[in-house]
Amino acid sequence: MEKVKNIVIAGLGGQGVLTASDMLAEAAFRAGFDVKKSELHGMSQRGGSVSSDVRYGEQVLSPMVPAGEADVLLVLEATQIEINRPMLRTGGVLIDPGLLPEGALKNKKSLNVALLGAVSTVLDIPQEHWMAAIYANLAEKLHKVNDQAFALGREAALKGSIARHH
Amino acid sequence: MTTAERQLLSGDDAVALAALHAGVRLGTGYPGTPSTEILETFDRLGGRAQWSPNEKVALEVALGVAFAGARTLVTMKHVGLNVAADPLFTATYTDVEGGLVIVSADDPGMASSQNEQDNRHYSRAAAIPTLEPIDSQQAYDFTFLAFEISERWKIPVLLRITTRVCHSKTIVEPRAPVSDLADPSFERKIPTRVMIPAYAKPAHHRLRAKLAEIAAWNEAEGPIRLDVGNAELGVISTGICAVHAREAAPEASHLTLGMTYPLPMERIRAFAEGVERLLVIDEGDPVLVDALRAAGIAAEGKPEMYRFGELDVARVRRILVGDTSPEPVPPKGKPPELCQGCAHREVFQALGELGCIVSGDIGCYTLGVLPPFSAMDTCVCMGASIGVGLGLRHVLPEDQARRVVSVIGDSTFVHSGLTGIAEMVYNPPATGHLVMILDNGTTAMTGLQEHPGTGRLLDHSTTNKLSFEGIARAMGVQNVQVVETTDKSVSLKDVIAELLAKPETSLLITRQPCVLAAPKIRFYDKAAAESARGQTCSADIAD
Ligand SMILES: Cc1ncc(C[n+]2csc(CCOP(=O)(O)OP(=O)(O)O)c2C)c(N)n1
Ligand code: SF4
Repeated sequence: MEKVKNIVIAGLGGQGVLTASDMLAEAAFRAGFDVKKSELHGMSQRGGSVSSDVRYGEQVLSPMVPAGEADVLLVLEATQIEINRPMLRTGGVLIDPGLLPEGALKNKKSLNVALLGAVSTVLDIPQEHWMAAIYANLAEKLHKVNDQAFALGREAALKGSIARHH
Repeated sequence: MTTAERQLLSGDDAVALAALHAGVRLGTGYPGTPSTEILETFDRLGGRAQWSPNEKVALEVALGVAFAGARTLVTMKHVGLNVAADPLFTATYTDVEGGLVIVSADDPGMASSQNEQDNRHYSRAAAIPTLEPIDSQQAYDFTFLAFEISERWKIPVLLRITTRVCHSKTIVEPRAPVSDLADPSFERKIPTRVMIPAYAKPAHHRLRAKLAEIAAWNEAEGPIRLDVGNAELGVISTGICAVHAREAAPEASHLTLGMTYPLPMERIRAFAEGVERLLVIDEGDPVLVDALRAAGIAAEGKPEMYRFGELDVARVRRILVGDTSPEPVPPKGKPPELCQGCAHREVFQALGELGCIVSGDIGCYTLGVLPPFSAMDTCVCMGASIGVGLGLRHVLPEDQARRVVSVIGDSTFVHSGLTGIAEMVYNPPATGHLVMILDNGTTAMTGLQEHPGTGRLLDHSTTNKLSFEGIARAMGVQNVQVVETTDKSVSLKDVIAELLAKPETSLLITRQPCVLAAPKIRFYDKAAAESARGQTCSADIAD
């Protein structure tokens, strides 16, 4: 059986962590994979740390990514990198806001989608499913700005080198 | 979401969709993480859903619906079942006509709760058949199954789900909605619904007979999954732990139980006989392993340290090898805090400056216990602030007693603060007492739900509104005062100090909408005003 892909998304309440994980799970679902997404969002409204796991593949069992087994760690807030780093496996990929060229992101609210653009370069989900999943989770008037954000993140990742965890 | 196709759903949304497809006439409940979204989604999908003031009332309303012959779903978090326990223990004696399904959302690990009680104890104590889904598909399927069992045996059924199942999204394949349910209508059935001893005695015997039949059904055709692996290790699990266990020990034999009360003991015995080592993997208290041992099945349970918190694949791997060495401590994240501009901030600032002994309660305002305020001294369960505050007042030396204040949120006050006020009026401490209701116009903690004090229904449309000050006056509280905390001409601190100086009973209501709710409340008010104008017009025309 194909290995399950494990992605952890982390940040602070209000940053769009859960929306990002919804989009990723939806994209994998549209691409025909078995998908499970897990999150804890009790007090997330009040600005505390939030994280969410997405796992996809031929068959997924537990919805939670075991520590040290994440293929990708996406962190939306620099202060949250170190506390989540133990989730990454050796050779796993860390994606964080430092990847984006300074000042390039027009609307700070689309940081989550921009970084999903970067994530898309290391996952085997076709681009059309990404866009459909992003649109499905946003109001129509936000589609265009998020198109741009996704492209920005994707380009930055393709150009720059993404850090691998050793 | 459309309702018919294969989709990615949270466990909560799956229960809501199943309730819709199973023909639920009325969903009731009280908000509580992780159960809150069930009724909200059910409403959004077009179902009829209502928040009750608390879980006891929610269950009683549902019982009435079931006696009338319609299907009903009641939702609450685990501690909500404590509040609803009184009707629960006798509801199982009665014969329900329409299916009655109670959802208890347990929170092992306390992601957002004051304790991690294991509500499977209620299954046995209240004699209520219990289903435990693994994922959203089972949450959907078991909701249907729960209604079928409830109606076949005329018994309420408990759907026990946990935080991970509620808030994880997995794929759900819905089925065709039912369409052949009878319309509600009253039939008099006194002996099965009036629980005086003369009727309750035979009812208890009937209940035990129902359970015996359900156990036999569970043995023969219950939701049990057997994965035959090697014979060295057999794992029995329930709920989310079943997938952790299958991932951690893919080569083992697995028996996954869907209905955990009453248990399919013979199926378990047969499984036990076929394996060398029998291990029970479930979260929380050793409810299952104790039941197996009582039935003479030699099963191994998890070491005591795994009673605490959630399980996951890594912890299950440790259980499999009997590893009881200290676990790695996960790095601490940023704790939540009161929003900037939250009115609760001002209250705790003032209470701190006055050196008050604060008998607290549950809600966003419980965050007043954390720095920079550190201004809360007790917090136990919803409504406890008033009783605990009175108890402190009754016995503390006068200089301390005078500084005791009970602090309670508006939703919590309606949930279980009214009887506390009755107690205060009936047994006033010698120094008097001060209760503060922090009225922010919403149930903020659980995600901004309406309650009887907001004047809006679950779907945010207008309804009658309780007046806290009116209630307190009618109950005989001596001083009743309201402070709009946005009004800077009034010093909240001075008002509190004045009331504390009087040896009388006082209720102080601080009023300011929750920062997150305020724009929504303005929107609902505007919509209500517009629709009221519309109604007057059409009434004019009709005249
Ligand atoms: C018996 C019970 N039911 C539900 C809950 C979940 N819960 C915790 S606090 C709360 C209400 C909070 O609302 P409110 O008192 O208005 O305070 P706010 O959060 O708005 O400050 C709820 C529903 C609980 N802890 N116990
Ligand atoms: S959600 Fe509302 S009540 Fe809760 S901390 Fe924020 S402003 Fe205060």
